[in-house]
Amino acid sequence: MNRISNAAQRAMQPLLAVRGLHAGIDGKPVLTGVDLDVFAGEVVALMGPNGSGKTTLAQVLAGREAYSLSAGQVQFAGTDLLSMSPVERAREGLFLAFQYPVEIPGVPNIYLLKAALNAQRRHQGLAELDAIEFLQTIKQLLRELGLDDKFLQRGVNEGFSGGEKKRNEMLQMALLRPRLAILDETDSGLDVDALQAVADGVNALRRPDRAFLLITHYQRLLEHIVPDRVLVLLHGRIVATGGPDLARRIEREGYAWLQCATQSQGVAP
Amino acid sequence: MSKSNAALDGLLQREYAAGFVSPIETDLAPKGLNEDIIRLISRKKNEPDFLLQWRLNAYRHWLQMTEPAWAKIHHPPIDYQAIHYYAAPRRAAPAKHLDEVDPELLRVYEKLGIPLHERAALAGVAVDAVFDSVSVATTFKDQLAALGIIFCSFSEAVQHHTELVRQYLGSVVPVGDNFFAALNSAVFTDGSFVYVPKGVRCPMELSTYFRINAKDSGQFERTLIIADEGAQVSYLEGCTAPRRDENQLHAAVVEIVALDAAQVKYSTVQNWYPGDENGKGGIYNFVTKRGDCRGARSRISWTQVETGSAITWKYPSVLLRGDESVGEFYSVALTNHFQQADTGTKMIHIGRNTRSTIISKGISAGRSSNTYRGLVKILPRAEGARNYTQCDSLLIGSRCGAHTFPSIEVRNPTARVEHEATTSRVGEDQLFYCMQRGLSAEDAVAMIVNGFAREVVRQLPMEFAVEAQKLLGVSLEGSVG
Repeated sequence: MNRISNAAQRAMQPLLAVRGLHAGIDGKPVLTGVDLDVFAGEVVALMGPNGSGKTTLAQVLAGREAYSLSAGQVQFAGTDLLSMSPVERAREGLFLAFQYPVEIPGVPNIYLLKAALNAQRRHQGLAELDAIEFLQTIKQLLRELGLDDKFLQRGVNEGFSGGEKKRNEMLQMALLRPRLAILDETDSGLDVDALQAVADGVNALRRPDRAFLLITHYQRLLEHIVPDRVLVLLHGRIVATGGPDLARRIEREGYAWLQCATQSQGVAP
Repeated sequence: MSKSNAALDGLLQREYAAGFVSPIETDLAPKGLNEDIIRLISRKKNEPDFLLQWRLNAYRHWLQMTEPAWAKIHHPPIDYQAIHYYAAPRRAAPAKHLDEVDPELLRVYEKLGIPLHERAALAGVAVDAVFDSVSVATTFKDQLAALGIIFCSFSEAVQHHTELVRQYLGSVVPVGDNFFAALNSAVFTDGSFVYVPKGVRCPMELSTYFRINAKDSGQFERTLIIADEGAQVSYLEGCTAPRRDENQLHAAVVEIVALDAAQVKYSTVQNWYPGDENGKGGIYNFVTKRGDCRGARSRISWTQVETGSAITWKYPSVLLRGDESVGEFYSVALTNHFQQADTGTKMIHIGRNTRSTIISKGISAGRSSNTYRGLVKILPRAEGARNYTQCDSLLIGSRCGAHTFPSIEVRNPTARVEHEATTSRVGEDQLFYCMQRGLSAEDAVAMIVNGFAREVVRQLPMEFAVEAQKLLGVSLEGSVG
């Protein structure tokens, strides 16, 4: 994909700009001053060991109330993200693919998909799709993702395998066409085929006006989705920034070599 | 509480939409209950003597009885002498045609979305509208009569189909059956009557719409449905009442008789005024509903969506007398604020190879209390009887209660009885998931609750299913805080 030069980046306003973000849960600080930018058109990988704050960052950006914010600002497409409700954030094009998509028994998948798309369309001042128009749209996407039509009538994630749940997240993402998609460990627990399907889903949606923040433990997802930049989160802050090579080094050496460098900024790989 | 819950709170303060009072002149009997009042009711309705004697017999039973105390409900004592036992819209003397009905009354039903004009009515639904104590209009009567189907107000049936009434009234729920059934038998004023002759499949849904309007009045309607051999009928019941600070009593009785191979499906969407968010006002709903599968291979199916009433006390039951007869009970009971529901069913297996299914879904929110109470009884002669019961409870918030009291009595070793139960909570994670996809908190809750209730709601006829789905969403306004 089109790698954006540093100079070009500086000239553009970031789609997502996080500054000095401190957040915690149950009185325990987790994020201790996160700074990061994501530009339109980019795929940014966010890596870090367990407990480094990756999921907290994703949930805070999506507006989960359980987390408390103590300091920092977040701009999304030029507006103050933290003052927006979770629903507004979603309708403005911030999408979170959950690490553990929840089951909603008895609600056919198609209900949620249609309600979500039409909520977004109303927000954008567009006419809602009727049942027939919606069915055409969603069936096209099912074909592209290699999913059976039966998928639509099953309860939302009800009795889905791990791989099916993640594919469902990709289906929702493809339908809602977000400006910023945050994928929270979408690769965890997937077999090779499911991983490839997720990667195909992301790659097919890469566009100059859309950005991805891929949260992952492992380099293996990045074999399939080549990121523009790799960031490392450790002890609640970004401690390293680099290209795909940074991910490979972490795969080889782990995070230990970064532990001693947490105080320095932007360690080169 | 999280912001998603705060959003829910705001939602909840939506008003009960059917809570208006209509300025209709009413003919009221004096408050209180005694033999004179019963004679007055019987005289007003020009009843044959057997019915008056039947009422007086019920009244004498009632005097000996006490209010049942076993249900998990609490309310101040009901003053049975402070109620008007007869309230009739003054100009609504039995109308032969809709154009004879008081236009003000027609406006009430229009406001409620119940179209009484046949040309405007939903295709395939015949409606009987009962306002306070009196049936005001029955639609599609002529078309039904051509098939020999009788669908009319109970009062009319007493006049024109006296023998059928005499034969079947009280044959499923006897006058002394229970306190509230005895009261109803003494003072009932109107209701609906259905008779479907041998081998006839009723071509449309039959529907009764009950409306309480007058203040300090009770509503005591009586419904009797008879499906002769091989007949089939689907019957719907809906109800609303104005918002009032005082509690109002509703004590109805429904009797269903299914002869050989007959099938009756009875659906209710109950939306009586539930009281306000502080528990003030609302209908006390003490109802006896029972079906009698009298013939072999007959089938009676109850489907109820209960969202209203301050108190619901109701156990639609089936007596499975005929060999190979089938009883079904599908129920969604939703309680919010200070509502109390104690509801369930009784399946009494008497004949051989009788089968019953019970699917009960309780949804509790606010500070409400929601109880499932059921009895599955297999009598010694019921060789090969089978029952399947599934009882699920969904909790919203942390101040409500869900309770399950299933009783099983098996006196035949060949019987097979299964019971499954679950309790779950509308999770903050489910709400957040839906909101992250752009759904408002209220739409998310309505969707989750409808998913939970789906198995039952899908049993309803189409138009009712849509209404029930909306009602489940609306009734949860302000449910979490």
